[in-house]
Amino acid sequence: MLPWLPPALQDLLIDAAWETLVMVGAAAGIAVLAGLPLALLLHATAPGGLAPHATLNRPLGLVINAVRSTPFIILMVAIVPFTRLVAGTSIGTGAAVVPLALAAIAFIARLFENALREVDRGVVEAARAMGATRLQIVWKVLVPEALPGLLAAVTVTLVSLVGYSAMAGAVGGGGLGDLGIRFGYQRFMPEVMATVVVILILFVQGLQSLGDLLVRRLSRR
Amino acid sequence: MMLDQPGIEAAQVAGAAQPAIRLTGLRRRFPGAPAPALDGISLEVAPGEVFGVIGRSGAGKSTLIRCVNLLERPDEGRVEVLGRDLTAEDEAGLRTARRGIGMVFQHFNLLASRTVAGNIAFPLEVAGISRAEREARVAELLPLVGLAEKRDAWPAQLSGGQKQRVGIARALASRPGVLLCDEATSALDPETTAEILALLADLRQRLRLTILLITHEMAVVKVLCDRVAVLEAGRVIEQGRVFDVFTRPRAATTRRFVSEVIGHDVPAGTLAALPEPGPEEVRRLLRVLFAGPHSTRAVISEVSRRFGLDLNIVSGRIDAIGTQPFGIMALAAYGPAAAVEAGIAWMRGLGLSVDDLAEGEG
Repeated sequence: MLPWLPPALQDLLIDAAWETLVMVGAAAGIAVLAGLPLALLLHATAPGGLAPHATLNRPLGLVINAVRSTPFIILMVAIVPFTRLVAGTSIGTGAAVVPLALAAIAFIARLFENALREVDRGVVEAARAMGATRLQIVWKVLVPEALPGLLAAVTVTLVSLVGYSAMAGAVGGGGLGDLGIRFGYQRFMPEVMATVVVILILFVQGLQSLGDLLVRRLSRR
Repeated sequence: MMLDQPGIEAAQVAGAAQPAIRLTGLRRRFPGAPAPALDGISLEVAPGEVFGVIGRSGAGKSTLIRCVNLLERPDEGRVEVLGRDLTAEDEAGLRTARRGIGMVFQHFNLLASRTVAGNIAFPLEVAGISRAEREARVAELLPLVGLAEKRDAWPAQLSGGQKQRVGIARALASRPGVLLCDEATSALDPETTAEILALLADLRQRLRLTILLITHEMAVVKVLCDRVAVLEAGRVIEQGRVFDVFTRPRAATTRRFVSEVIGHDVPAGTLAALPEPGPEEVRRLLRVLFAGPHSTRAVISEVSRRFGLDLNIVSGRIDAIGTQPFGIMALAAYGPAAAVEAGIAWMRGLGLSVDDLAEGEG
């Protein structure tokens, strides 16, 4: 498959690609599941929202900003006790998912919130005038109307996660980035580094194209 | 009855005795605003009536109509719709009441993520109506608003006029007892505006709708409304039957509105171009309003013959408000002072309205 690499490295590369997929996929899945409710909560409790609530909105925004502004490599180390609590261990691919997911939740919650904010206020008002409940407004108006924006946010998050996952090697998470550093950089094997980089580029391109395609398909504007 | 709307049934039982909408002493002041948006507004809209509220932007009309379904909550005052005091309802009660009040918006406010049919079905879906019933109702409404072919189109594929037709169908979906139109034609070009007004007039006839609309265009009021209120600085400054307000506007703002659609004004410079009165003569510039039975009588030539007056027609126009025709004419009357007075009195005796007109006055 990759004749310029020795067979042992080819196996390692396949393992590493799989680890990257697991880390990115799991973290993104968790981020979407946790980020959407958070974003809805942020959006609804904002001034002028469906249920304005400053004492909930402000601290929530602060926490999300705090997580987002902490460099990922520091976040990963700083939450080791939490990671151990959740994953049972602080090293390995599974353990790396915890900080990745945490960073991604904060990241995607903001992006989702922005997408929700793009929904025309007039449409929400129309739904209110028709006697829709707040939950109906969320699930029948806000989310469907923001769907293209939400999907674009998922794509951006996936791409960022691919980058973050390269740092997961610091906690033994493995993955393509880790392989590139250990073999390509530390063992002076530029062909490994180049292969890893090309695979990552293709991976990101694929994600972005798929995301764009879905957004175009769903966009009715 | 397809929907559970106790409010509407109650109103139907009570009949004409009860107004469809009754607003009492509404006040609303936005935080930080120098003046109140609504400064003690009371209005009543009878069942089956089309009531227009006209005002310049900032007069408070948007706030007013949003108070009717409590999208905006007034600081003071009471809102009763179909016999139900909305200001006293809790959230759940208010939601039920809102399902009996349709609303059409200036910017349509359609869901981009739903087709035409999906948009029209939305209020029914929200009210928990079954899919089969929703589809049947949508199939009924589409031809009513002239969109039978556009069932599966997306809003982005429609023209402004078509979007508003969807907005109207959606507002009517749950068979509301009252329809609110918030500047429904203000985002449309004149031709499309005329189409949408014709549609509303037609629906109003067919469905016996009660409509409260707000607008800044007097033409809308002229075509569609039975009664009109003129809003200025959060107050009703004039109110009455459209015909009366148009033919005898009292407040200055009303005159300006009216002059947009019927030229009461004498063009500037006209007076200077008129011949001077001869010796022993006076010249009076008059506005004569013909309405009712005398609009077809040859009043002008008759008054000229009877009183020996020279009448110079400066401007004239025949128009109709709803189905009521009327004529309005600016005359320069020349003759001996006594004869002019007698002629004016005679015309007034026929029920015509005759006023002195200054140049440039509305």
